Amino acid sequence: MKNSRRTFIKLAGIAAAGLAVAPKKALASEGHAPVKPNSTAIHAEHWAMVIDTTKLHTAEAIDKLAGVCHHIHNVPHIEGKQEVKWLWHDTYAHTFPEQENPHLAEEVHERVFPLLCNHCENPPCVRVCPTKATFQRPDGIVAMDYHRCIGCRYCMAGCPYGSRSFNWGEPRLGLDLEKLNPEFPTRMRGVVEKCNFCVERLAVGKEPACVEASEGAMHFGDLKDPDSEVRKVLREKFTIRRKPSAGTEPSVYYII
Amino acid sequence: MYNGFAIVAGLVIFFAMLTAPFALGTMTKQYKEPELKLPKNEKECIESTEFMRTEHMQLLNEWRDWALRDGKRTYINHKGKEFTISLQNTCMKCHASKADFCDKCHNDAGVSPYCWDCHVQPEGLK
Repeated sequence: MKNSRRTFIKLAGIAAAGLAVAPKKALASEGHAPVKPNSTAIHAEHWAMVIDTTKLHTAEAIDKLAGVCHHIHNVPHIEGKQEVKWLWHDTYAHTFPEQENPHLAEEVHERVFPLLCNHCENPPCVRVCPTKATFQRPDGIVAMDYHRCIGCRYCMAGCPYGSRSFNWGEPRLGLDLEKLNPEFPTRMRGVVEKCNFCVERLAVGKEPACVEASEGAMHFGDLKDPDSEVRKVLREKFTIRRKPSAGTEPSVYYII
Repeated sequence: MYNGFAIVAGLVIFFAMLTAPFALGTMTKQYKEPELKLPKNEKECIESTEFMRTEHMQLLNEWRDWALRDGKRTYINHKGKEFTISLQNTCMKCHASKADFCDKCHNDAGVSPYCWDCHVQPEGLK
């Protein structure tokens, strides 16, 4: 066959059509990702926590829970302004600055309150994170992907609760390397870290470590399930959340 | 040709230097892949050896996103066997020595992945 311009254009057209189809076929044959959630994992539509401050309100008791949390998550111990904290305690005035009044019951005013990331329904930290290192999971947990964190600290500026800590130095220097939890990673210098509602424990069917260690002073469950433990407690007891005017809708509730 | 001797001599030296790495390379020993210390009790990795050798970095990247971002922590390999997605708790439980398994190849290839800036190696940290 003599090669004319006409036949060349015909062949080129067929080849172009083939190129347009072939990659899709190649993709279709790969199928879905070969992964699934753990069979032992516990699921919820929206995880939430209720803290009973009538039972848990001393610095010693809260520090004990913080110790458990910080140990299993390899949170470094650093004194001073550069401290890293996932769970800590503070006064009424600092915990509920908007809900203070001069004639508050003295007993309530003198309590100290356990604080942690509120895993807000409307988290400002997620909105401001430029790399999506901080993200909200479908089950409401605000999680961090430390692989993506570039240390810009926008999330720290965005969080109205100071729930995030920046690793100014090498975090491993603040850890007792003999007593490391080998099941959980540490962080590196230059990333922000925070409480993760123990996602790694939920994935194997366990409750968060602080809830487990709290001896009933903390409740954990599905906020969207009317029969869940947290909903039962919320129905029976009066609860408040931190800084309502910030509009972040925290998932951590405090029984006063 | 003007300055013929100088030009030819220069060219000879130039080509000698250009091909020197190849010439020296064939004279010295052949490249040998580093010998890795494989796990004692397990015979098979989660995927075939060839796949792991060439694709483990992509697999680890996918594992990272599946576990952390998608909340899917069980991996089903090509044979249908299930594994928990975890570098520290699955990979390094079998390959119990970072120095003998990871470092040998990485040092040889001149790459230094930053996995260990955060993940705890099986030997523990010093």
